[in-house]
Amino acid sequence: MENFTPIASTVGGLLIGLAASLMLLLHGRIAGISGIVGGLLKPRAGDMSWRLLFVSGLIAGGLAFAFNRPEVVADDLDRSLVAIAAAGLLVGVGTRMGSGCTSGHGVCGLSRFSVRSAVAVATFMTTGIITVWFSQQVLRGEL
Amino acid sequence: MFNANLVAQSTYLGLGALFALGLGVSGMTQPSKVVGFLDLTGAWDPSLAFVMGGAIAIHLALYRWILKRSSPLLAVRFGIPTRRDITPRLVGGAALFGIGWGLSGLCPGPALVGIGALNLNAIVFVVAMVVGMQGFHMADKAAAEKP
Repeated sequence: MENFTPIASTVGGLLIGLAASLMLLLHGRIAGISGIVGGLLKPRAGDMSWRLLFVSGLIAGGLAFAFNRPEVVADDLDRSLVAIAAAGLLVGVGTRMGSGCTSGHGVCGLSRFSVRSAVAVATFMTTGIITVWFSQQVLRGEL
Repeated sequence: MFNANLVAQSTYLGLGALFALGLGVSGMTQPSKVVGFLDLTGAWDPSLAFVMGGAIAIHLALYRWILKRSSPLLAVRFGIPTRRDITPRLVGGAALFGIGWGLSGLCPGPALVGIGALNLNAIVFVVAMVVGMQGFHMADKAAAEKP
């Protein structure tokens, strides 16, 4: 086990779960990031500002970390820009096609015992694991 | 006098920041830790499982309590997904997402946090992600409009 951070990861997870719970309690919404961003691309009156504010909060958080704890937001995976762009495209298409990502399906969906989300999570974990195996063992990280 | 709607809207900023704090503290804003979790046969880092575990533990407990209310605190109704069907779109979409996630160690939340940190990979990722999302929207719409 390398770089294992059980305490920090659990505490961070609790904060994420708290944010999702507050989103539900205050606004009745699912904290699914891909859905929040996706909705910005299908503009509807009255449905934009909350999305922009939430995304701004995420970005502001990143800025705060960059100033105070830059190691937390270290861009620490060695990948070509082509690989990153391909990854972004796949995530963009995949999250809209599959109606969610790690926050929507993983945190919110599993907490609701959603079978759809369980299937989605099992699927993306599987292809994620296969992809990393291929990247590390076959391509030896050269991508 | 305060504007109730302004207060309601501004909570979204705080929620995004809290979410970012959780992502950062948990290590999920470091792509190497995400890839480390998916690297089952290599230098495996189980941390992501603890992130999920912590998040689900608290959200699952609070979810049941919250849903006992007739409505949210600042909104008229709860907007929770109701679909239950397992479709090729669901599975295919999740499969594609997993590939992109495994390639980069990035997904939408951490990537947006990374934009705040001016990380080049995060910026390229998000631009491509938006292109992918928009491309899917357009293709989906075109397919739906076919006679």
